[in-house]
Amino acid sequence: MKRRTLLASAALALSLGTGAFAQDPEVTAGFIYIGPPGDGGWTYEHDQARQKMEAHFDGRVKTIYQENVPESADAERAITQMALSGADIIFTTSFGYMDPTLAVAEKFPNVKFEHATGYKRADNVSTYSARFYEGRAIQGHIAGSMTKTNKIGYIASVPIPEVIRGINSAYIHAKKVNPDVEFSIIWLYTWFDPAKEADAARALIENGADVVLQHTDSTAPQAAAKEAGNVITFGQASDMAEYAPMPRVSSIIDDWAPYYIDRVQAVLDGTWESTDTWDGIGAGMVGIGDITDAVPEDVKAEALELKDKIASGEYHPFTGPINKQDGSVWLAEGETAPDGDLLGMNFYVEGLTAEVPN
Amino acid sequence: MDFGSINPALLIASIMISATPILLAAIGEMVVEKAGVLNLGVEGMMITGAVVGFAVAVTLTSPGFGFVAAAFAGAALSLVFALLTQFLLSNQVATGLGLTLAGLGLSSLIGKPYEGMKSPPMPKLDIPVLSDLPIVGRMLFSHDAMVYVSLLLVVAVWAFLKYTRAGLILRAVGESHDSAHALGYKVIPIRIAAILFGGACAGMGGAYLSLVRVPQWTEGMTAGAGWIALAIVVFASWRAGRVAVGAYLFGGVTVLQLNLQAAGANVPVSLLSASPYIITILVLVIISARGVHGAPASLGRSFHATH
Repeated sequence: MKRRTLLASAALALSLGTGAFAQDPEVTAGFIYIGPPGDGGWTYEHDQARQKMEAHFDGRVKTIYQENVPESADAERAITQMALSGADIIFTTSFGYMDPTLAVAEKFPNVKFEHATGYKRADNVSTYSARFYEGRAIQGHIAGSMTKTNKIGYIASVPIPEVIRGINSAYIHAKKVNPDVEFSIIWLYTWFDPAKEADAARALIENGADVVLQHTDSTAPQAAAKEAGNVITFGQASDMAEYAPMPRVSSIIDDWAPYYIDRVQAVLDGTWESTDTWDGIGAGMVGIGDITDAVPEDVKAEALELKDKIASGEYHPFTGPINKQDGSVWLAEGETAPDGDLLGMNFYVEGLTAEVPN
Repeated sequence: MDFGSINPALLIASIMISATPILLAAIGEMVVEKAGVLNLGVEGMMITGAVVGFAVAVTLTSPGFGFVAAAFAGAALSLVFALLTQFLLSNQVATGLGLTLAGLGLSSLIGKPYEGMKSPPMPKLDIPVLSDLPIVGRMLFSHDAMVYVSLLLVVAVWAFLKYTRAGLILRAVGESHDSAHALGYKVIPIRIAAILFGGACAGMGGAYLSLVRVPQWTEGMTAGAGWIALAIVVFASWRAGRVAVGAYLFGGVTVLQLNLQAAGANVPVSLLSASPYIITILVLVIISARGVHGAPASLGRSFHATH
């Protein structure tokens, strides 16, 4: 009896609590994260965008999230649970959630799903991603210009087109300014494991790399590079400005907030439909973090010029002539890569020595 | 293939750094399990140690105090486990899992203000004569103190369990708590002491991650290291020496495979990536193939004097 009274009063307090707000939220937006919001990188930016979106709608939208969801069968459970708990739109923010998202979407036709970085859509599943390779081109340019050992280390996460695209883009632009440049690539098969990321950075540095690029989510490689001294790095997914001016000399920043606001607005208006969004520097989805004074003046100027040209559409980072690793022609002189090729990219360009893991 | 770029001295040094956190956590957990208690909260205690150690080290600009604080933090968290399982007789598996969840949540709460901060550098020991030896000096004798502490701890635990009376009693409690109780040994206090030791070791292992191996605080940074430590204890069949072999193998192969990738070895990356798990399990299973290697008989069972 006593317990029941307690429950009843708790329920009452809860309903009073929500009633005290100006209005009840009209839409609940859910987010599934691969890491913790405190990773300082990928998940951090998604979470920042979530908060900005919630603030933008000022009480009309409630957001919920679940962090550290593995890209396994567990993902399907987590997404299902979120759909069951009343989310109207669910953003699943890692490539490996692709099939789980589609499977859950089929069971909840009235819930909208937004899958980041994937390529499978349905009537209630949109995809969205950013053209990170545009930022990689600028990184490659700075890396190729600044390396003294001509060895550039690359901490890769999972062998999917997005990561391979980044490697190719960085390599092409490093090679352009420095024909002697070599890439060492380490695959970690994880997006987030600070200890492993730090170990990988150390292994690359010990093997002679003086530039470390990363496609993993934490700031651990930055810490390892700082410890080593004369090594430069780039912030990944987030600015990672706490490591500026050295080792972090610039960064790729993902800005998801405008997209999230746009999509949730569409749900509020009842105009949401399945779309495919892939924006880059021009649209503001990819930002280039401040290039620090550790970069020589002329290199910085060239990098900014490259950024402007990419933003205006004057230059495409994948412009021929570009051969595949096996020497066959991919893009002829002056030809730019069609999006289809980029989305399914599973090969290295000519000059990279390693093999793409399958 | 060019392995010329791999420097053996640096490689061994990295291996020691990579193995130490797992070794610390595993040797502590081994003592806990030897006393008949299964504490699955290693991950939670490690990450609590990581954040508290980091916070204290940054505040006092002293990594040494950081490690001491981490040991206390790990022990404090394990005390919760001890009270729940030893006095209230809660299920050890469930309580341990709960401890991991609590530790992960608690650590991200404590760690918020420390994100993006840098840890004070851990001084490397400069042992006279030994550190100056060519190659070997750099390889084995110029690490931070915790590397040697962890190795001494392994020797100490081995000697304690094998040669001391107290060690024998601890093992008796783990094998048959009823018999130990009948002989007049205080089962519960002995188990609590073991749990606290395990917590302190896990805490220090976590602090080694945040103060030396990474070195910074990142939410969720243990990323499963505690579970690896637990697995190593089992595959090492509860022997101190084998725990050390397991931890060094795992840490060693992890670093080695990263170096092989960096040097451009012509081996499938997916195989290299899985190699730390495969090799560690294989080697430990092979060396455990002969002799007694069963779990302590009372492992995971609650003890109550009236039963």
